[in-house]
Amino acid sequence: MSHDAQVYVKSDTEFNYIKQKRKQDMRGQITTFAIMIFLTLIAFAAVAADFSKYLIAPVILLLAAVQVVLQLYYFMHAKEKNHNVAMFFLIFGAFLAFVFILTFLTIIWWG
Amino acid sequence: MDLDKKYTPQTWPDHPEQVTMEGKNKFLGFWLFLGGETVLFASLFATYLALKNKGPSGMEFSTQTLFELPLVFVMTMILLTSSLTSVYAMYHMKNHNFKGMQLWLGITVALGLSFLALEIYEFNHYVHLGFNYSQSAFSSAFFTLVGTHGIHVVVGLVWFILLIVRNAKRGFSLYNAPKYYTASLYWHFIDVVWVFIFTVVYLMGVVG
Repeated sequence: MSHDAQVYVKSDTEFNYIKQKRKQDMRGQITTFAIMIFLTLIAFAAVAADFSKYLIAPVILLLAAVQVVLQLYYFMHAKEKNHNVAMFFLIFGAFLAFVFILTFLTIIWWG
Repeated sequence: MDLDKKYTPQTWPDHPEQVTMEGKNKFLGFWLFLGGETVLFASLFATYLALKNKGPSGMEFSTQTLFELPLVFVMTMILLTSSLTSVYAMYHMKNHNFKGMQLWLGITVALGLSFLALEIYEFNHYVHLGFNYSQSAFSSAFFTLVGTHGIHVVVGLVWFILLIVRNAKRGFSLYNAPKYYTASLYWHFIDVVWVFIFTVVYLMGVVG
């Protein structure tokens, strides 16, 4: 097992600062959540309002993309440092995902 | 290093999930796994988009006749909220508040179970209409995509429940902090996939 951890006791000032900072972060998370709910509502409302499908499809796909980025960067903490390699794995996966969908759709559309 | 060592809020590290070598490895390995999961779901999404509404001639089922938005809306809200409650659980983990974390994970499990109940109801409804797994290329692609997501929800729930029960008397340690952290990442990823499912399958299905 690892041997690199040392117990570090925070001073009261440091402890209170970190605690306060976490509270602020949590407030930011709730704001993120509110935005995500709002984006979801817009997407459902746009479909319920029965606009043209050529307008709705790109808009709701964009809303989904924004919501996923929020989920990754805030809820999954990817905006914090130490996530470079993790993001490399995920973005490479997303790239392959894009290629899969492009390939399958071109097969269907172009015969 | 003693993995069972007890910490206090003042000695608890800022990133307890990444203090030990095992924690670091789990963190990185889990993101690699999530990259693989992205590819898995992409292949299912691509198949679904290719086979959407395709089936035997005269098939009476289509995305527009099958899907009902109110149910999907409720499922979406439940899963999105459960994502926030697991953020709360991780907030309490960083603050070394074990009871708070267990409570919020319990709420997450409850929300996940209600999501699952609605999904089972939905599938059962479709099968009763005659839209079963082998009915058409469309039905197979639909059930495989949404069902694979449903299985991920089941796995996530079992994972959370095992963690909550197994660690109930242990309290926090550097041994279980990475376990909780990866489980919550998994749960968020399930929500990420659902965002694409409700958009691509249900909303775009209702639009046509």
